[in-house]
Amino acid sequence: MVCVMALKWNFFSTNLSYLDLNFSFFVILKKKENCLGQEKWRALLFAESIYILSKLEGTMIEVFGVSKSFGKRQVLKDISFTIQKGQIVGFLGPNGAGKTTTMRILTGFFPPDKGTIKVAGHDMFTNPIEVKKRLGYLPEHNPLYLEMTVEGYLRFVARIKGVNGKRETQRIQEVMASCGLEGVRNRLIKRLSKGYKQRVGLAQALVNDPEILILDEPTVGLDPKQITEIRQLIKNLAAQKTVILSTHILPEVNMVCNRVIIINKGEVVAEDTPENLTSQKGQVEILLKAPSKAEIKRGLESISGVKDLKISQEGEFYRLLISFSPHDDLRPVLVEEVVKHGWKLYEISSRRLSLEEVFVQLVTEEAS
Amino acid sequence: MRNVWVILKKEFYTYFSSPIVYTILFIFLLLSGYFFYSNVAYYSLMSFQASQWMGANFNPITWVIQPLFGNMSVVLLLLLPLLTMRVFSEEKKQGSMELICSYPIRNLDLILGKFLGCVGVYTLMLGCTLVYPLILWWLGVGEWGVFFSGYLGLLLLGSSFIAFGVFVSTLTENQVVAAALTFGLLLLFWIINWVGYIADSPLSKICENISLISHFQHFTKGIIDTTDIVFYLTFIIFGLFLSLRSLETQRLRGLL
Repeated sequence: MVCVMALKWNFFSTNLSYLDLNFSFFVILKKKENCLGQEKWRALLFAESIYILSKLEGTMIEVFGVSKSFGKRQVLKDISFTIQKGQIVGFLGPNGAGKTTTMRILTGFFPPDKGTIKVAGHDMFTNPIEVKKRLGYLPEHNPLYLEMTVEGYLRFVARIKGVNGKRETQRIQEVMASCGLEGVRNRLIKRLSKGYKQRVGLAQALVNDPEILILDEPTVGLDPKQITEIRQLIKNLAAQKTVILSTHILPEVNMVCNRVIIINKGEVVAEDTPENLTSQKGQVEILLKAPSKAEIKRGLESISGVKDLKISQEGEFYRLLISFSPHDDLRPVLVEEVVKHGWKLYEISSRRLSLEEVFVQLVTEEAS
Repeated sequence: MRNVWVILKKEFYTYFSSPIVYTILFIFLLLSGYFFYSNVAYYSLMSFQASQWMGANFNPITWVIQPLFGNMSVVLLLLLPLLTMRVFSEEKKQGSMELICSYPIRNLDLILGKFLGCVGVYTLMLGCTLVYPLILWWLGVGEWGVFFSGYLGLLLLGSSFIAFGVFVSTLTENQVVAAALTFGLLLLFWIINWVGYIADSPLSKICENISLISHFQHFTKGIIDTTDIVFYLTFIIFGLFLSLRSLETQRLRGLL
């Protein structure tokens, strides 16, 4: 009974990818029914349902086929991604790429023209209140009620987010402690420095102890010390919360995030861990001894897939920088070629790109 | 309902932590105090001569209370748009609508909270003028019934102004535009019964019935008519309904 209900529930899931997944499971299971016998088949069906459920549970945010236009200007073009529970995801992109629009759609500020969004299993449009109960949002311009005191403001936000009674005071104390606001609790927000205002913004996002935290450029305009503090604060949340952090400060992503989504001109152009993104296999550095530059050039340029070859002489050695498409790994072929010619190989290493380089590469690739 | 209460309290807090309410309250009490004083003084001056040749027509209801409520309603027409202009315009300008939309509250709760917050401030303004019936009672004119109906009328009339003002403030992020538009359109609704003097029957009848002032006049005479109450309640609900539609449409189009 449980498994049938679980499968049913999955079938009604609006997300097409899951529907597809469930459908294929169902087909496989149906085929196995004949050869396994009823009892074993049921056990298998049950196990598979649990598996699907657990997979679904791990997914905090599912964005599927989302598009948005303002007038004739299309800001988002069919964006899809999923974010797992507990991840800190950096949302990168040049100005005007559609970062803020995506965040606004995720927080329910306006609906997309097309596509679905599910947060913690709830659909954003059929059940927005349930989704919003789980959200904490810090918008780009951090709009606070300047005429309120810090504590008064946090109390207002806590109440409106449905934090009740005893828990209200407790949560306010907790967020004020974790955001370092205890010293200014009775000050008017308009009298606070920018750094403190940003902390109040973060505190209001955190006050309902949300499962998901969406931060739109949280460190813009802060001094270096404040930036470090805010980053540390976000890092401390890592284990408990799912965080989406929009930024165009790339080192920040390296420091804080464990996954990156790069968006350009309204499309997702890359989605990976910062390590995987920076260790692009597209470039190799080789140190070798060979008779002449021309010979190296002749030998290596004949290999199909080599896009670019730079040779510099360092004493009796030659240092080569070879670029090729990131999709095919040419390292074994290169080594083979070196050995075939009888050159002496001293060093071969993949060149690690900085996130800046990857970013610029991806964004310009798209543009071209 | 809980959310309405939270928003209402926040609105109260905002009004009283800025000079808006104090300024409006000061001007309102100054003007209505002046009208009250001059009406009473004129009445007492006239009473020596007029009672002889005007007889029963010369009474404090027609000479003091009716003009007082009439004057107060005009002052409110000028002042209430200043109270409602910030309601949504300010939020839109500051960008805090974005944050509010991410909170788990319905648009209706938001609108009701803001509307009732304004009505609360307005009730307080009216409450301060309750000294006038007390003074008249002290002077020996205890017209409680007329004062009750007059205040009920003022409350309904003012709430209609507020509901309309709330709607207009959802339309723009500029507070001056909101105030000017609210005042202008309310004035139009106020004097639309003038068409009655020039137009033919069906049109003149309609214009007279949708005029804000013609329904108010009954209250100042001490007549509580359900038609008038229903008119004002409909006006209020319509204003709030328009606000709700306006917010939802702007949200869909990404214009908030």
